[in-house]
Amino acid sequence: MAGAEFPKDKYILSRRLDGFFASLYRMAGFIGRFFKEVFRPPFEFSEIIRQCYEVGYKSLSLICMTAFITGLVFTKQSRPSLSEFGATSWLPSLVAIAILKALAPLVTALICAGKVGSNIGAELGSMKVTEQIEAMEVSATNPFKFLVVSRILATTIMIPILAFFFGGIGLFGSYVDVHLHENTSFALFFEAAFQKIQFADFYVSIVKAIVFGFTIGTVGCIQGYKATKGTMGVGRAANSSVVISMFLIFIEEVLIVTVANAIRAI
Amino acid sequence: MPLSNTIQQEKNRVIALSNVYKAFDENEVLRGANLDVLPGENVVVLGRSGTGKSVLIKIISGMLLADSGHVEVLGQDVSRLSQRELQALRLRIGFSFQSSALYDSMTVQENLLFPLVRNKRHLSRKEKNTAVETVLDAVGLLQTLKQYPSELSGGQRKRVGIARTLILQPELMLYDEPTAGLDPITSTEINALIREVQSRFKTTSIIITHDLACAKSTGDRVAILLDGLFHKEGTFAEVFADKDPRIQSFYDYNFTQ
Repeated sequence: MAGAEFPKDKYILSRRLDGFFASLYRMAGFIGRFFKEVFRPPFEFSEIIRQCYEVGYKSLSLICMTAFITGLVFTKQSRPSLSEFGATSWLPSLVAIAILKALAPLVTALICAGKVGSNIGAELGSMKVTEQIEAMEVSATNPFKFLVVSRILATTIMIPILAFFFGGIGLFGSYVDVHLHENTSFALFFEAAFQKIQFADFYVSIVKAIVFGFTIGTVGCIQGYKATKGTMGVGRAANSSVVISMFLIFIEEVLIVTVANAIRAI
Repeated sequence: MPLSNTIQQEKNRVIALSNVYKAFDENEVLRGANLDVLPGENVVVLGRSGTGKSVLIKIISGMLLADSGHVEVLGQDVSRLSQRELQALRLRIGFSFQSSALYDSMTVQENLLFPLVRNKRHLSRKEKNTAVETVLDAVGLLQTLKQYPSELSGGQRKRVGIARTLILQPELMLYDEPTAGLDPITSTEINALIREVQSRFKTTSIIITHDLACAKSTGDRVAILLDGLFHKEGTFAEVFADKDPRIQSFYDYNFTQ
């Protein structure tokens, strides 16, 4: 029997390292299966749209509120430093660079990792421990396509859109503060804001948001799909979805920015 | 029994398990199980908790693969089927879970429509709704159409679970602990429903249980699973005429208590 051939107490490196590499292997397999299933019919269009609504529309108010406050507060806190050098006219450019190049994809992804990632982990985890996923399987429905592919696609599509909203509303928040202090017009503010922004900056932000969205969906689905041990397992799936997603988002942020800067330097 | 009858029976078998082994790490659950199920019969698999009863029906439905042995279901070798063939086979099998496994984010109607929408695309919306109402009526729960699983009692959830499996008109029904966690009156109702499903929908069934009252009232044949092997098969009376203390202790526990 398999158990007799591979005793549990014999590890190639160590228990933890073996476990780490085994989970990397499983993750790669999971992602590979996603790409295999995503192009194979039948397509679950209605479920994808439902998930887009869940991920996008239901997070929109939170994203907009956070964006407005971020823009407003960032402007308020930057003003004293800039006014020391008599450079308050640079405020729109500074805020635009900070929000559009860094904060919009990153903060949107972090909020969604908490709100959407935990939701996916808990929902799939709960379905797993109550045999609902197996019930789909025996009723000749592909649960991976219905549950996993639809959720990963939804986060990958909706997080860039939410990041776009974050950028717009964040700049509006900044404009409100600038207008209250300097009575700057709407047109003048946005003209100044976009002076230092290049089209390539948008590309990088969009790529970041897509990668973050894919990460949140994938991690949430993996954690939910492998949940065991009843309600404790569901809680653990929700928690680890958030923690792992955030950790990966920070790593991806550093990598993408490094690569983008290297490409620009060529 | 004449040889020709035996050959005919072998050809007609709905399920044929031969020398099936299954282990999880060092825990050997099935150790060469053999079982034949003929068309139209209800076979009850009795055994204590953890003896591999649920593993057995998961192997039959292709959710788990046997480590070795031959598993033939509705004329097909389950271990050799592609994913597509396995899905086609599953359309002919109904699986009633111990926990009912209803989709808790959907209403009863949506639960029942779910397999229909994906597997019977040629049906019109009206035909699908009629099919839902027919099976729900068959289990006596037509009034729960718009309710969520959380609003149903344990017995009602079991019935809806059975209705969901019946909607694809399966030839083979697999019941995993159909009366677990139910009061005696509801258990009796579920047992009657299993019999009704057999006669009305002409299904063949395997009923996994450790409840002897369920075994007695639903089974045409009883098979006792002990230590990963089918120890005894026959009618309820034949099986419990055996003086083996392991079988007798089962009987004593259920009926003496």
